[in-house]
Amino acid sequence: MATGTEPHPPSSAGAQGVRDRSRATIAAGHLRTDRWWLAPAGTAAGLLAFVVYSTWRAFANADYYHAPYVSPFYSPCLAQNCKPMHAGPNWEIFGPWWGLSPALLILIFPLGFRLTCYYYRKAYYRGFWASPPACAVPEPHKKYTGETRFPLILQNVHRYFFYAALVVAGILTYDTVLSFRNEKYEWGHMGLGTLVFLLNITLIWAYTLSCHSCRHIVGGRLKHFSKHPVRYRLWGWVSKLNGRHMLLAWASLVSVALADFYVYLLASGAFDDPRFF
Amino acid sequence: MSSYDARFRVWRGDAGGGDLADFSVEVNDGEVVLDIIHRIQATQASDLAVRWNCKAGKCGSCSAEINGRPRLMCMTRMSVFDREDVITVTPLRAFPVVRDLVTDVGFNYTKAREIPAFVPPSDLGPGEYRMQQEDVDRSQEFRKCIECFLCQDTCHVVRDHEENKTAFAGPRFLMRVAELDMHPLDAASSSGLDRKRTAQEDHGLGYCNITKCCTEVCPEGIHITDNALIPLKERAVDRKYDPVVWLGDRIRRRKG
Repeated sequence: MATGTEPHPPSSAGAQGVRDRSRATIAAGHLRTDRWWLAPAGTAAGLLAFVVYSTWRAFANADYYHAPYVSPFYSPCLAQNCKPMHAGPNWEIFGPWWGLSPALLILIFPLGFRLTCYYYRKAYYRGFWASPPACAVPEPHKKYTGETRFPLILQNVHRYFFYAALVVAGILTYDTVLSFRNEKYEWGHMGLGTLVFLLNITLIWAYTLSCHSCRHIVGGRLKHFSKHPVRYRLWGWVSKLNGRHMLLAWASLVSVALADFYVYLLASGAFDDPRFF
Repeated sequence: MSSYDARFRVWRGDAGGGDLADFSVEVNDGEVVLDIIHRIQATQASDLAVRWNCKAGKCGSCSAEINGRPRLMCMTRMSVFDREDVITVTPLRAFPVVRDLVTDVGFNYTKAREIPAFVPPSDLGPGEYRMQQEDVDRSQEFRKCIECFLCQDTCHVVRDHEENKTAFAGPRFLMRVAELDMHPLDAASSSGLDRKRTAQEDHGLGYCNITKCCTEVCPEGIHITDNALIPLKERAVDRKYDPVVWLGDRIRRRKG
């Protein structure tokens, strides 16, 4: 060994982490003087706000369609109890026995995608689970096994949710195309809602394609980029997007809620869609 | 040129115990924290132990915690603090303390030895290695590492849980596994060594919950989490948790 030293044996019980008896004896768990709590608190507040809003909207089973717009929370609508949408994303796969909101059938996929996303994992591990709350700030848990055991080992299924998210993004793209109709289903029209949908689908695609699993599948798994120039080029593009994954995660989270809220306002009669042409 | 007296609190002690000691010390324009520690050593505490070497952020010796944040003392400018601030300097808190600001970082050398080295390709001799730049770009980013061990110090897996030190190699050495697994000429797989699998099974990759503190503290700006740890996790998924990839590898014998 370069230093001529050997690792110290673990301390006795009761002396945890930075208070381990082999380490510098400092009473305070951390000595940070900056506002380290602001980022995890803000993250937790933002995610909590979305959870509350989306739970309300997902279980509401109402005000999710106003021609030609369908809320992204309810698309595709896979139950017989869905509102009829002309040429819309309706498939009556679940019959009359399904009495709950049809949003619950589809939201599991984007929810799973975001729940297992590498960025959101960081966000909620820090914000909700304080593991750790911030860098060099001790976590309150006595034991830590990370993602080595059930249930957190299931985070490794992220790529399968990525595949599902591709399908969902494709369907939301279809919804956006449908938004170029008017309320009589005539093509060649556009309203403020069309812009909201365009913004949302752009951010949804950017977030989906910036995913770390996508980066791996597209080219990251390769050992020799020089033998796969097309995949190398694609990997380069995805890597650029991936550098903004956190930003895109938040932007698309806000935009999907905004698109849903816009449809809610229209469907509930609180607002009229300004038409451009 | 202006100077002022700053208030410093520096941890002094050894494995038997210690405490923060107060100092009032002169600061001049352009100085870094290591300069001030040296001034304390020269004028007020000649027996203050501190490890340092290059004063240029390239040797990785002067790692410490400044106001609770793992940083290189030589790369922390005094101008980032207000003159009224009390600046606290402690040794790295994830490792056993030796004396004052010096810690025993032997854990890292132990972990370094546990990573199997580069396996030379059997069909190439010395001087015959040829690699394309795009094939080594990823590994070269990781080679910027100066082994300051700030990432190892800040990683909560071992910082907050001494018991995990046996199972977890830490970000610096998982990055080493990633570097070798991405190396275009590493022949580990043909020698029966599956680095993707061992990253998970032998080096504790699953303990990493990608909270990115290693990336935040890296003085070389290496994207440890995004470019090494997450790609390595995805590679481990290929081996252990994705039946489709496993089947594809079996059928097509693809090598990438």
